[in-house]
Amino acid sequence: MDNLFGIFLRSIFVENLALAFFLGMCTFLAVSKQIKTSLGLGLAVIVVLGISVPINNLLYNAFLREGALGWANLGAFDFSYLSLISFIAVIAAMVQILEMILSRYFPILHSNLGIFLPLLTVNCAILGASLFMVQRDYNFSESAVYGLGAGVGWALAIATLAGLREKMRYCDVPAGLQGLGITFITAGLISLAFMAMAGIEL
Amino acid sequence: MTMRDVLFDPLLNKNPITFQVLGICSALAITNSLLSALVMGLSVTAVLAFSNMSISLIRHHLPASVRIIVQITIIASAVIIVDQLLKAFLPETARILSVYVGLIVTNCIVLGRAETFAMQNPVGRSVLDGIGNGLGFGMILIIVATIRELFGNGSLMGVSILPLVSNDGWYVPNEMLLLPPSAFFIIGFLVWVIRSWKPEQVEPADYPPIPNRATEAE
Repeated sequence: MDNLFGIFLRSIFVENLALAFFLGMCTFLAVSKQIKTSLGLGLAVIVVLGISVPINNLLYNAFLREGALGWANLGAFDFSYLSLISFIAVIAAMVQILEMILSRYFPILHSNLGIFLPLLTVNCAILGASLFMVQRDYNFSESAVYGLGAGVGWALAIATLAGLREKMRYCDVPAGLQGLGITFITAGLISLAFMAMAGIEL
Repeated sequence: MTMRDVLFDPLLNKNPITFQVLGICSALAITNSLLSALVMGLSVTAVLAFSNMSISLIRHHLPASVRIIVQITIIASAVIIVDQLLKAFLPETARILSVYVGLIVTNCIVLGRAETFAMQNPVGRSVLDGIGNGLGFGMILIIVATIRELFGNGSLMGVSILPLVSNDGWYVPNEMLLLPPSAFFIIGFLVWVIRSWKPEQVEPADYPPIPNRATEAE
């Protein structure tokens, strides 16, 4: 139990997907102009990560891992090179299903998320979390907690950046830094603040 | 647009990282050593050229409703080949790059160019566009990695250039350059430099400051 809680906290603060591993940067920089939209996107990321990481974990352990197909007398094969293509397929399918469920039962949330929902398929934070799950050899419950924590961490990071960018409208930014440039530097400062938690062992 | 423009525009005028805002994740994450930046730049160029070529070849037979899935499958296959090649021939670099080789699949540069260029253009131009964008991406990677490795570690490609104090040299390394935040700052300033040189890339302010009428009246 302690271990699970540790993974949860670590994935939010210490190993934040956006600020320590730079995953999901394109959306992180492009969709952080307003707090409201960035919170909606953060929520979608939490849901998709929380579902897709444990499913990919099951898939990897049951089919792709070296020797995993022992139950079908195919124990000699190692299909782990197929993990990339199967993970992305699972993610695309999850996003599609989530979109159908949302448009059927939560139409307001669905229209708020709009185009960002299908774009989550190509958000590297989602695929990256699944790849880290394989690299760190998490079991099913650990990967479920990791997926959820990683999503919360990413949502927290994008909401923070959006809050700062809303305040930035009061600043007179040099012309060449306007827009993209100053956003990079702001994100760097947030990332620097998150570095303070890097030494924490959980 | 001539063939020459297709190849060279993405280097500076329409650079994928500083102008199109595509493919930033890996630009930030693997630039703390020049070797991994070089390998990453080459891998992305290879994947881009291959995926642009294949997608451009089948563009007339691709129904619009399933095109994203087909594009992703083509890209993922190209990335798996690159990933396996790296693991076989450069195992040490592959270990350092860890998940970031796999993440070329979701690197928005690849899907972005497939969707905006390869779907509308013939094969030859698409391949050139892929190579050009890959080189533009690699160029930024190499600039950032050179700064980070040289001043953060005193070396280039692992060869010591500025002898470190810890090895009886004179250079005290700026270790912040090896940490993630420095990549944000360097790319931010790089954007500033490029946009000061090419002012037409400057974005208009969302909320331009109102001139101070009180002081103007005096």
